[in-house]
This record gives sequence, structure tokens and C-alpha cells, in this order.
Amino acid sequence: MAAIEMKNIVKQYGDGFPAVNDVSIDVEDGEFLILVGPSGCGKSTLLRMIVGLEDITDGDMVIGGKKVNDLAPRERNLSMVFQNYALYPHLTVYENIAFPLRLAGKSDSEVDEKVREASKTLELDEHLERKPGNLSGGQRQRVAMGRAIVRDAEAFLFDEPLSNLDAKLRGQMRTEISRLQKRLGITTVYVTHDQTEAMTLGDRVAVLKRGVLQQHATPRELYENPANLFVAGFIGSPPMNFLPAKVDGNRVELPFGTVTIPEDRAAKAQGKDLLIAGIRPEHFEDASVVDSDKVTDEATFKATVDVVEWLGNEAYAYIPFEAPDEVRKQLAQLEKDLDGESLRTQLVVSLDGASRISEGDEATIWVDARKIHLFDPATGENLTIDADNAGIIPGGNAMAKAEEVGKEQDEVKPSAESSAT
Amino acid sequence: MKQRNNIGTWIGFVLIMVWCLLPVVWIISLSFKSVEETAGGSPQFLPKDPTLDNYRDILSNGDFLAALRNSFGIALIATFLAVVFATLAAYAIARLEFKGKRLVLSLALAIAMFPVVSLVGPLFDMWRTFGLFNTWPGLVIPYMSFTLPLAIWTLTAFFREIPWEMEQAAQVDGATSWQAFRKVIVPLAAPGVFTAAILTFFFAWNEFVLAISLTSTTGSRTVPAQLSYFVGPDPFNPPYGQLATASVVVTVPIIVIVLLFQRKIVAGLTSGAVKG
Ligand SMILES: Nc1ncnc2c1ncn2[C@@H]1O[C@H](COP(=O)(O)OP(=O)(O)O)[C@@H](O)[C@H]1O
Ligand SMILES: [Mg+2]
Repeated sequence: MAAIEMKNIVKQYGDGFPAVNDVSIDVEDGEFLILVGPSGCGKSTLLRMIVGLEDITDGDMVIGGKKVNDLAPRERNLSMVFQNYALYPHLTVYENIAFPLRLAGKSDSEVDEKVREASKTLELDEHLERKPGNLSGGQRQRVAMGRAIVRDAEAFLFDEPLSNLDAKLRGQMRTEISRLQKRLGITTVYVTHDQTEAMTLGDRVAVLKRGVLQQHATPRELYENPANLFVAGFIGSPPMNFLPAKVDGNRVELPFGTVTIPEDRAAKAQGKDLLIAGIRPEHFEDASVVDSDKVTDEATFKATVDVVEWLGNEAYAYIPFEAPDEVRKQLAQLEKDLDGESLRTQLVVSLDGASRISEGDEATIWVDARKIHLFDPATGENLTIDADNAGIIPGGNAMAKAEEVGKEQDEVKPSAESSAT
Repeated sequence: MKQRNNIGTWIGFVLIMVWCLLPVVWIISLSFKSVEETAGGSPQFLPKDPTLDNYRDILSNGDFLAALRNSFGIALIATFLAVVFATLAAYAIARLEFKGKRLVLSLALAIAMFPVVSLVGPLFDMWRTFGLFNTWPGLVIPYMSFTLPLAIWTLTAFFREIPWEMEQAAQVDGATSWQAFRKVIVPLAAPGVFTAAILTFFFAWNEFVLAISLTSTTGSRTVPAQLSYFVGPDPFNPPYGQLATASVVVTVPIIVIVLLFQRKIVAGLTSGAVKG
């Protein structure tokens, strides 16, 4: 087991495509790190540089205190689960799991002992003599994991291991992976584009955009203190609402009305004209179900609800709004960066299940003004961030840098986004 | 509707079988006829008086046995070498990016299209100079060269089918490039390797023009060439029975080999390698 340090890692592909740009991430010994970002942002590339399947253009890759830039994959002693599992179809499940041990020249009895142990952990006992071709997706997934855990690797690397499974199985395997990692206590780097996986699995999460690190923090820190619009929009489901806002003193003017935010937050956002306010759906509530002492004029507004989706324990209400061009353009771009499609000029509000608001109602909505974030529309930076609780935010403006790199990428490969794997 | 399709299929099947197998059956039947019967001028399909004399004669004919030995040796060596070289070349072509890759492939194709006959003269002179005339290598080398292109093309197609991740997984598991190639890639490409092997073996086994031109004694003459020396004592009465028998004897190994290898050519071996 070992710590992994990535120091200013750069990857430029042969065709000049800058896939990873100056990324520095420390993974502590035994930590579960998630690399997350929209598809094509260079997550797999970064992972493949850790394991040695891709040359490192610049920077240092240090594993267990040793620089490994020039070592072949087999000299790094890492194990990896591929997105498509990459099982050996001509070998039985038993031999698939035994493969790394056989290569290491272990004795038959040792191989047998370790394979049986792994297969017991992963409940593969009755499938040992079958070929991968006859297994279900979930079973193949477990065989791939068995092959990874059977030897004492320095670290586990996963490249979107659950993306080929159906939703139910994905949930089960997610818990399984988490449990296994906790038990083995082995350093793990896990790539995914799914923010739910990122939030639930990771000790810490590194968010990438266009090969540029945006923020590296715990899931809670990312959720509560996103460094910029991109992270804010990426983490959380349903995603954070972005509204045009004007700040005057500690009063914030939103499309639906004006709310008062705490002094310290307001102070950081002075002197700007138009801002983007970020409010998570659950920080709204139907005023009629909120304790009456919280409901003040400063924190409520009236709006006409367009659509309501009632789920029992909660309900989502959709409220359309108009945004000025400047903000709309920024939001449209953001939407595109996040792999989304719709132009989100509607507010998504999560209401208590007890709420009686229905479609077409003019509702009184309460907003938790303490939780409002304010972003600079020009740079995307979060102005109201609590830097002490936001993990690691790379110096400079990561979002603007990603934008720049993005232009470069588009020049090399105009269809980069669609061709990403 | 389905029934009629079935019948149509069967009629077609029978027609093709008759078309293909009739000459074979005719040769087999001939091989059991005595000289009197084949020279008698009143041929009939089945032998009147089946005899094993032809087989006895052929198998005690030293020249024929020598030719058989040459055929086996030369065909097997040529096949082995062609498959080994083609496997390595095809692997490089399928996996590596290098300058002139297209050139290599087109060149290989160009060689495959080159008429063998046009090379007989130059080869004859060259082999005389190099001392390769009338030797096993003298035939092995051209056989190998002529079958390499096809083998390379076949195998390249097979290698391209194998997901690259297979090999990378092996490397991460601790394999050297060579181990990954030998333990993962080659087994997965086995159907392709056997296909290439069969094609090469057929070519070498059946080849006539080079065999007759580049040999002068039974020291290296192969069966197809040797058969042309089966004239018998009477130029007006070729020993048809014996020729047919020799043909049957040389066809048997081919059939055995095809049946053996056919089991290895299992389609869809790579299914289950990746998601599915
Ligand atoms: N071998 C390559 N040559 C050139 N560009 C590549 C290569 N492999 C990947 N890329 C590009 O690098 C970008 C990042 O790829 P990847 O790391 O696979 O993204 P993801 O975050 O989806 O895993 C993609 O836009 C892809 O087109
Ligand atoms: Mg990927």
C-alpha cells in the first residue's frame, strides 16, 4: 500500500491534444480518491498515467515515495479494473483471477489459496470453472475485481467500473466496492462521470474539467463550498439553481424578489454589478410548512409554480424565470460543459412532502438565505466561498483556465466532446 | 413456405455435393481398378473387380515415398515459418503506429498478386548460383514468401478484433509485452493462426510449377511434381489406376488436417472479453 502523488502532471497526446493540464493531486495511503468530471475531461488519461499505460508528458508521478514516470506497468505493482472489465475470454474464471499470481511465479498451492480467498470474498465460488463469456455483467465485474484484489498491489485503480451495469446492480456493486475498500484499506483511485458515485464512495473527490483540476475536496466540502460555477453545477442532484442576482449592501435582488444574506457573505460580493446566485433546490421550502419564526419578508418570495412532481417524501416544483442575456449565455455554456441539454432558465425547488402547493398556484416560497452562493459571471468563481472548508482549490482561476484549454482542444480536435471515451 | 425453403436448400445442397464430389469418387473408384480394366476401353463407374494392387504398388514405390516425405517436410516447415513470421508481422501492423505501415500492407498484397510462373526463371538461375537448387530450403523459401501476404492479411484482421485492453490488462497484471502477447493475444488469435496455417499448408502441399522447376531428383521433389513422372512403361497407356491411387494417398493428409484444425477454429472465441 502506498500514497500516490501527482505533481504538475501534463499529458499531451501525439496529435497535440492537451488532455491533462498541470494536475497536482495527492492521494494519501489508504485513501479512496474519486476523479470525476464530464466525459472527455481526461479522467481515464490521468488514471492510465498512474498505472503506466500512457506516457507522462510532463510532471512527476510518485508512488510510495518513488518516482515511477519511466517504469513499465508491471513494475508499478498496481491493479486496475477496466471499464469493459478486460477479462481473458480463453481462461476460466479461476485462471482469470490467478493470472497475476501465475505471472509472479507463485506456487500452485499459494495460487489456489489466494484465488479461493478472493472468490469467497466476491461470492464467485460456484463460477470458478466457467468462462467469462457465460457470465452476467455483474459476475464479470466481480471477476475483474477478483483479479485486482488477488495480489498485494500498492493501489487499486478503477475506470468507470459500474458504467456497464444496470441501475440496480450499480447501486449494489457501489456498496460492495466501498465495503471492500474499507476492509482492505488499500489506496484507491476511482474514475467516474457519475456524481452520485463520486459523493457516496470517495473520501475525497477531485473534479476535472477539460483536463484542468477544479477542486479537490471531501464530498461535503464540494457540496457546501464549490469553488466555481462548474463544480457547483456538477455536484448535487438535482443540480444547483443558478439565477441572475444584483447585490446591494446585504440585499440580493433575484428574479422573484429580494432576500437578505449574511453580512460576511455580502461583503465578499460588493462592487460587482450582475452576479449569478447559486441556490440548491433543498434550500427552498414551501413557506407554509416552515417554522413561522423563520418566515420573514426578507426570505420569502411569491412565484407561480409551473409543474409539480410529487414523490411522497418530497416534491419538486418548477418555476420558470427570465434571465438577462449576459447570464443566460454563461448558463448555456455551463450547461454544455456539464453534458446537459436544456437551457435551464427554470428554478427547481425541492419541497417537503407535506406541501400542498399544486400546479398553477401562486406559492410563497421560503429560501434559506444563509446558503446562497454568489458567483462572478465573468470568471465563474465563487465569491462567497468559505475557503477554510473548501479543500484544495488550485491557484489561478481553474474555470477560466479550463476554458482556455478547451479552445486549444477544439482546435486540435473539433469534435473532442463527442469522441471522448 | 418454410418447408419449400427447406426443400430448395436440400436440392441445392445435393447438386453442389454431386458437382464437387463426383470427380473425387471417380478417382477413388479408379484407384481400385486393375490395369486391365483401365486399359480395356470400356470404362464403368464402379470397379468390376476391386483390387488393392495399386495401393500395394504405390506404397512400395521408393520414389513416391521419398516424394511424400519431401512434401510433408517442405509443407510443414514452410507453414511453420510463414505462420510465425506472419503472426509477428500482423501483430506489429495491428498494434503499432509506424511510418510505412500502409506500404508494408500494400506491398504484401502486391506480392500475393504476382504470378508465380513469372518467377520460375529468375529463381531457377538464382538457386543454381546459391546452391539452393534441388534442396528443401529451395522450395521452403518461395512457398513461405508466397503465402506470407495472405497469412499477414488474415492475421492482421484477427488481431484488430482483439480489444487492446486485453493486452493492457495483462501488462498491469504483471506481464511483459512478450508474455502478454504469448499468453493472451496468441490464444485469442488462435482461430486466425490456424486459418493462416491451413491456407499455407494447402498452397505448399499442392504447388506444382515451382516444385517441378526447382528440383531435379527425388531428393527434394514433392508429390505433385513426382506424379508427372508416373508414365509407366507404355507411353500410350498411362497407369491411370496408379495415378488415381497416388492422388487419393496425397489427399488423405489434407482431409485429416482440415478435420483436426476445424475443431480449433471456433468462432466467437473473444465473446465475453468485454461488456456484452
Ligand atoms: N490516444 C489518443 N490520442 C489523442 N487524443 C486522445 C487519445 N485518447 C484520448 N484522447 C482524447 O483525450 C480526451 C480525454 O480522454 P479520456 O481521458 O478518455 O476522457 P474521460 O474523462 O472521458 O475518461 C478526449 O477528448 C479524447 O478524445
Ligand atoms: Mg474514460
